[in-house]
Amino acid sequence: MVELIAERFAYGVIIILMMTGLYAVVASANLVKRMVGLGLFQTSVFLLYITISKVLGGAPPILEYPFPATPDETVYSNPLPHVLILTAIVVGVATLAVGLALVVRIREAYGTIEDGAINEADYALDTERAGR
Amino acid sequence: MIEAFLALFPAAVLAQAPAIMVAAPMLGAALATVLPGGRPAWVVALFCSLITAVFAFVLLFQTWGGEVISYAMGGWAPPLGIEFRIDGLNAPVLLLLGVLSLLGVIFALPSVADEIAPRKQSLFYATFLVCLTGLIGVTSTGDAFNMFVFLEISSIATYILVAMGAEQDRRALTASFNYLVLGTIGATFFVIGVGFLYMATGTLNMHDMALRLVELDDNRVVQVAFAFVIVGLGLKAAMFPLHVWLPNAYSFAPSFVTAFLASTATKVAFYTLIRFIFDVFSVEAPFVSAAFVWVIAALGVIGMIAASVQANFQTDARRLLAFSSVGQLGYMLLGLGIGTAAGVTAGVLHLLNHALMKGALFMALGVFAIRYGVRSINDLRGLGRTMPATASAFSVAGLSLVGIPMTVGFVSKWYLVSAALDRGWWWAVAAIAVSSLLALGYVGRLLASIWLQSPPERALMAAKDRIPVMMLAPMWVLAIANVWFFFDATPIVELARGAAEAALAGAPR
Amino acid sequence: MTVWSVELALVAALVIPLLGGAGVVALGRHPNLREAATLTAAVLLAINVAYLVGAAEARPEITLVHIAPGLDLAFRLEPLGALFAAVASGLWIVNSLYSIGYMRGNEEKNQTRFYLCFTIAIASAMGIALSANLLSMFVFYEALTLSTYPLVAHKGDARARRGAAIYLAILLGTSIGLLLPAIIAVQFIAGSTEFVAGGLLAGAASPLAAGVLLVLFAFGIGKAALMPIHPWLPHAMVAPTPVSALLHAVAVVKAGVFAMLKVGTYIFGPDLIAAAPTSGALAWIAALSIVAASVIALTKDNLKARLAFSTVSQLSYVTLGVMLASPIALLGGALQIVMHAWGKITLFMCAGGIYTATKKTEVSQMRGLGRLMPWTFAAFGIGAASVIGLPFFGGMWPKLFLTEGALDAGKLILAGALIASSILNVAYLMPLVGRGFFDRAPPAKEIRKPAPVLAVLPPVITAIGALLLFFLVGPIVDFLSPVFGLEGGGAP
Repeated sequence: MVELIAERFAYGVIIILMMTGLYAVVASANLVKRMVGLGLFQTSVFLLYITISKVLGGAPPILEYPFPATPDETVYSNPLPHVLILTAIVVGVATLAVGLALVVRIREAYGTIEDGAINEADYALDTERAGR
Repeated sequence: MIEAFLALFPAAVLAQAPAIMVAAPMLGAALATVLPGGRPAWVVALFCSLITAVFAFVLLFQTWGGEVISYAMGGWAPPLGIEFRIDGLNAPVLLLLGVLSLLGVIFALPSVADEIAPRKQSLFYATFLVCLTGLIGVTSTGDAFNMFVFLEISSIATYILVAMGAEQDRRALTASFNYLVLGTIGATFFVIGVGFLYMATGTLNMHDMALRLVELDDNRVVQVAFAFVIVGLGLKAAMFPLHVWLPNAYSFAPSFVTAFLASTATKVAFYTLIRFIFDVFSVEAPFVSAAFVWVIAALGVIGMIAASVQANFQTDARRLLAFSSVGQLGYMLLGLGIGTAAGVTAGVLHLLNHALMKGALFMALGVFAIRYGVRSINDLRGLGRTMPATASAFSVAGLSLVGIPMTVGFVSKWYLVSAALDRGWWWAVAAIAVSSLLALGYVGRLLASIWLQSPPERALMAAKDRIPVMMLAPMWVLAIANVWFFFDATPIVELARGAAEAALAGAPR
Repeated sequence: MTVWSVELALVAALVIPLLGGAGVVALGRHPNLREAATLTAAVLLAINVAYLVGAAEARPEITLVHIAPGLDLAFRLEPLGALFAAVASGLWIVNSLYSIGYMRGNEEKNQTRFYLCFTIAIASAMGIALSANLLSMFVFYEALTLSTYPLVAHKGDARARRGAAIYLAILLGTSIGLLLPAIIAVQFIAGSTEFVAGGLLAGAASPLAAGVLLVLFAFGIGKAALMPIHPWLPHAMVAPTPVSALLHAVAVVKAGVFAMLKVGTYIFGPDLIAAAPTSGALAWIAALSIVAASVIALTKDNLKARLAFSTVSQLSYVTLGVMLASPIALLGGALQIVMHAWGKITLFMCAGGIYTATKKTEVSQMRGLGRLMPWTFAAFGIGAASVIGLPFFGGMWPKLFLTEGALDAGKLILAGALIASSILNVAYLMPLVGRGFFDRAPPAKEIRKPAPVLAVLPPVITAIGALLLFFLVGPIVDFLSPVFGLEGGGAP
């Protein structure tokens, strides 16, 4: 049992992080907190990728120059997921930037970044228009 | 004729066609950012989308008859390097992208000048080009992770484009924010699925992946990956019930953005669904074929009825059409869910046709908007009398949405119902009939308001004197295409059939 | 060198009215020339159709548009279609003359649009008549619905718009919701939608499937106005009278029952209909429509509403004929299309003539008017007698054949329904004529302005036609007999 948990410890951490992030996105009314939750959610996936790249007993995939002509016997960890996640981090940062910029614009337009208050303001505008 | 067209280009250019498709708008975007005003940036956008359209034809002709183009990006050979892979399935989607972005950009100049502040216009066009880059990349790429990156490039650009509607209505900001949150969750789900697939197969190249998945039908990781990929891409494609972001995004975005997104963005996301369900995974895997009946077809049918009902209760014209888009997507999903070659043909056929219809409808609404600033159905009153020509184009596309004969909508329905009957799904036929009646209901509301009500006082006031031809021309091209491709349906049916063949070819089992 | 061929004549039947429409638009500013364009097209079309009737034996066909593999818009000439085309094109001439009188007499607006839509509607009716497969028929069926919509809404006030909206909603709704799935199901079962002598589905579909399809067709062809989907017809009464004549006598309802007849004859075939479990029930629904609509007609004081329900009743005769599915009943149904057309158009044109001269619309206001408008009322009397089915009027034959068909099938009650309906017809049509002539004449000032000649002459012509048809039925029966497998025909 302990062994089973220990083997999958990383996955457990990832799932907890992921669910925390997702919960924050769904449950918080504050738009900035929502972005934080989204960031957490994405980060947990980065961790998932990084976890799977690790090969047990593998060395860092760094070769000495000049490269050996024949493949040596060393076991290396998989470098590809790191590269992928580098790209994914860039995407995540871009998303975060756009999201926060939107929050700033929402704050300018509505004077608040609370979800409920924004809906109320829109609803009031709608009813006013309908009444006119 | 095909040879004559291809002979116009040097062989070196032809060989680089997939790269040119995606590079042209990307470089154009960089150029547009530094240009001072809206008009020069527009010229750049026009030029780039023209290149896109031309090379979409090149690629289509090169892949005509089942050829597959495999382009190794940067010279790194697949499956390790990133491969651009054009076959019968994505060549029609690229054509759709090329032609509709060209028409969209022509439409954009007056519309954007009207709706976007002058100092932001060049950035607006740059963002549009980034979005186009992303969409083309998603469609062309043969690499699963690369697809995620391009998907996010197009999505992030789309969030910005939608938020640009804030100058007309501040609700565009919240619509864009909600879209961003949901879109990111969808993309993350997709990337989780891709991660699992990578864990199970050790490759990211989709073609390679398909070959390796053949032996992994019982693998739990693969099955979970399938679920994640479907949910993630379904969210991007606004598959019911993951469509909640779409109505607001479409109703508050600038007119041009709505017309462009409605006819391209969800279509591309839908293409990725086909690519994964049929090509990467296989129809013959038990967990996939179970998903056909109980997930894809079921959600398609529920979506096409529920969203059409919702459309009937809308007061905002663009919101109504947005719900209609969700409903129409149900038809395409049903086509996929049928799971046969005929079904996929019907799905792709409706994908192409729906782009023609919704493009024309949203462009016509854009024309109404530039003249009178109208949004709600009530505001459409009497436009049949004040703007008969545009109202006619709107009506043609609207009737096509219902599926009246002499419009392409009829051809879609014909193939879809035939495919459903072929599978023996009478309930699906009944659902299509009910959904068509609901479509008749909401289109009827729009047309009744346009043609039967008398125009309010404001219409008599001198509004903007003339509607720019640049807005009318693309709208009419699409409206006429709606009729033309009924009388000559062979080309689009052949495109759809080729796409279905390519999708079902998959990996040999 | 012969450039002309029967195939070209088929295309011409579609093109002539459309060219007429183009002429109408081009000459919109000159009313006299515009009306000349309509009339020229009508006469040319009638000549063309007359030529086609003569050539129907050879069954020429032509593919107009090749939509996609297996889907074609195609025309094929056969006797039923030729007959319907002949009725529609012949009555178009009379109706055009009458339209000129009525529209000018009442100073209606938007006359160019009116004549244009009229030509498109006629072209669509020709398309329905000549179509070679269900797909083509469906295309023209919808074109007919859409092109008559502006005609129904012609007045443009709230009532007209509401009536037109109901008209469009019911016709489009039934056709898309029921007819289109039925057509695609036929394509699926039989592999094509061609109209085939003896029935496309015969031998291909099980009686149960045929039964389901039969219900879909019977209610999907909303233009046939089988109860309970008839309300569009009374609601469409807001239209100007020439349009009502078009709806009831020339094209729309006629196209509906003709489509029903064509589907029954060439898609199902009599044997399959007889074997289908639902045909009996549908025959009962048709009989119920016949009697119920007659009773409702009796309660209506508005003359046009009364005539509208009369149409619902009379055209269910055709559906009944199809559902009885014996050769004699089908022949009766086909004859009913012809005879009712001449009778009903007379009645409508008379109603319009009375309205033009006196602005009266209610039956109760028309007492004694016959003395002031003898020609109109005499024509009305003849038309009414024909619709009722009295001897020496054309309308007698179909009723005779249908009753015979019902008796042959051993369905005494259905035959009884036909006779009951005829008695009801007398009750709701004849008092108008009787009171018109025998009640005391109202003061002459009731005539605000005399009806134009063009509003009086056409009904007289069609009334004479209704009389002549009694004697001319022989050739028509001979012409149609091969379709239903009858030898030589059973008429004088």
